[in-house]
Amino acid sequence: MSLEHLPRLPQRLVEMLLQNFGAPEWLVLIAGFLVAASTVVGVFAGGFALLSLVERKTLARAQNRIGPNRAGWFGILQPVADGIKMLTKEDIVPAKAEKILHLLAPIMIVVPAILALGVIPYGREWIPVPLELGLLFFFAVGAMTEVSIFMAGWASGSKFPMLGAMRAISQMVSYELPLMICALGVVMVSGTLSLPDIVDRQGGFHLGFIPAWNLFTPWGLVAGLLFYVCSIAEANRCPFDLPEGESEIVAGHMTEYSGFKYALFFMGEYLGLFAISGLGITLFLGGWQAPLPGLDFVPTWIWFFAKLCTVIFSFLWIRATFPRVRIDQLMRFAWLCMIPMALLTLPAAAIWHFAGRGLLSWVVTVPLLLIPWVIITVIYNKRLAPTLRTYRFAE
Amino acid sequence: MISDSSMLYSTPALETGDDEDQLLRVSLGPQHPSTHGVFRMNVVLDGETVVSLKPVFGYLHRNHEKIAENATYLSSMPYTDRLDYICPLSNNWAYAHAVEKLAGIEVPERAEYMRVILAELTRLINHTAFAGFILGDMGAWGSALMYAFREREKILDLFEDLTGARMMANFMRFGGCRNDLPAGWAMKCGKLVDDYGPFLDEMEKFLVGNEILLARTQDVGQLPKDILINGGITGPMLRAAGVNYDIRKVEPYGIYERFDFRIPLGEIGDCYDRIMIRFLEMRESLKILRQALDQLPEGDYIHPKAKIRNFKPPVGEAYGRIEGPKGELGFHLISDGTTNPYRYRVRPPSFINLTLLEDMCLGLDLADVVIILGSIDIVLGEVDR
Repeated sequence: MSLEHLPRLPQRLVEMLLQNFGAPEWLVLIAGFLVAASTVVGVFAGGFALLSLVERKTLARAQNRIGPNRAGWFGILQPVADGIKMLTKEDIVPAKAEKILHLLAPIMIVVPAILALGVIPYGREWIPVPLELGLLFFFAVGAMTEVSIFMAGWASGSKFPMLGAMRAISQMVSYELPLMICALGVVMVSGTLSLPDIVDRQGGFHLGFIPAWNLFTPWGLVAGLLFYVCSIAEANRCPFDLPEGESEIVAGHMTEYSGFKYALFFMGEYLGLFAISGLGITLFLGGWQAPLPGLDFVPTWIWFFAKLCTVIFSFLWIRATFPRVRIDQLMRFAWLCMIPMALLTLPAAAIWHFAGRGLLSWVVTVPLLLIPWVIITVIYNKRLAPTLRTYRFAE
Repeated sequence: MISDSSMLYSTPALETGDDEDQLLRVSLGPQHPSTHGVFRMNVVLDGETVVSLKPVFGYLHRNHEKIAENATYLSSMPYTDRLDYICPLSNNWAYAHAVEKLAGIEVPERAEYMRVILAELTRLINHTAFAGFILGDMGAWGSALMYAFREREKILDLFEDLTGARMMANFMRFGGCRNDLPAGWAMKCGKLVDDYGPFLDEMEKFLVGNEILLARTQDVGQLPKDILINGGITGPMLRAAGVNYDIRKVEPYGIYERFDFRIPLGEIGDCYDRIMIRFLEMRESLKILRQALDQLPEGDYIHPKAKIRNFKPPVGEAYGRIEGPKGELGFHLISDGTTNPYRYRVRPPSFINLTLLEDMCLGLDLADVVIILGSIDIVLGEVDR
């Protein structure tokens, strides 16, 4: 039992305990699964609490402020204080709301996020649910998020939530397309839909030190970057946070929520952020694989979480930096730039797979991706992109 | 176009079931994150496109003009601070200017220089804060605003040294200013002016070239020049459209003709031009400040014979106007020879600039409305008075 097996420890303990008492096979299995699931939920619920603090601190740092520092050392107890506040607040349901849907929506946004977290391989030994069709499962439950956001907007019986819900549907459906197409390239090259297998295929090193991650291939780089942008839009983060667009539609689908239901929306959003970042890491950044050779003594799940922290920090940084785009610009960007480029990664991945992944593949796939990219950029810039201006002066 | 006037002051109701009229009537404000106070817009949306927008004013009405008519001339001075509370010293000056015109009071040279310095510092405050606010309207909440406010704090510290108050300065008097500059104030101000250029460089580097900002603001909210002129629009909004109209040049007040500065002019007059004009104006303000600080003479800070108690201007009327940071800020006073004005009227720039809001917003997105409103740069204390 090494550090590598630490996350599985609770499950093993429960299983051993039950076997010692002579429990039947099915009970051991179910109890083991339950404990494994609770581990994931516990880790990411803690991660949610921590991230809510880290996000506020990071934004404060970027904005020349101090951020929460009253509750505990460096504000470390702020999530607890927030939780108590949210739990003790009045739960307001608008008179015109569809009561049941209004209650279901915040639950429906947390559940798929937790389900999606279940299939991601966090370490060599830590795969909560090793599904054969893990990627398919991930996207299937991920699609429920849109339904729950629309449910929240519709059931509130109010106008700002309705506008937010309409924005959410159009945005998330548009960005789910390139997201899935980008993931498809990985499936083509890896030849499997199982996430642990996809990570296994990214093991080893090129030239002794470049990790054999999908990101370090021409098609993988393009697909990875597109996936990154799409995942920002899928997670409703700035600069694509239109469904909540606080300066325009108050809080979008969350406008009519209060108390713990409101907190659940945040929880669902953050868990969704963890899930989509985890999937991106699994698909393109080698999952739990170490970034350099000779680092095998470090438990693999530490690498996964190090990558997760890096990716999520980049999300926070972007949030502190960029203003929000407008809905038509968002959609135009998705349909004119993201989807064509995402589609191009498919032939590139196919060529990569069948041309031997060597020099020949590089020679063919790099121009295949680079030339359309330049063309799309030039056309996009010429037709749509704004320009700097010069100004005259009167004496 | 919706031409149903009955919806103007009634709470808009959600349209459902009517196939011909799938319009959404939304009440933006008075409690809305980005109406810059208690301003309300009754918007009719087709999807997210604005088909009608009716502004509703008056949630911050505090009877400023009537109160001033029942008070002495000087006792209205603190009230002018509360008009446009971002730039109280410009308001002070405009009011003092109108009263001086009414009573024919001379202002000593040192006081004129002090007024120019304070007014240009106020312009810096206003335009810097504007850059932060409009970025907040675009969704980058906090980031630009906090850096803008960091610089604003430094100017407010200067104001505090001089007037004792950071915002509600109550500093100008008829015939000069309330007190002289404290020792070393001009030097501190000079240091601030030197440091402000690099800050503007930084701010422009991050904002002006940002693709999202460009995409959000360019070709949003422009109107033809003649409509702007007919609407009485003044200030950076008018100059962004290319109309060369700055009261500091066309009708110099105080000692503005002594300074060498230029008026930046835009071409298109969209929200981007409005942001840029304000940035360029800040550079010109720095030029004026530098010259004024260099030339600052010794002497009286208030006219020695200026009357504080029992001040009764002769019968008559006067309209004093200055180029406030937001546009033409004017005070129209009618005196009947008593200690109180017979009529006291404020011409607030942000209120009049706001009148063309619907024309600017029609056919655009809901998200654009917020930016256009931000680019008008309103302060509700001045709009509603």
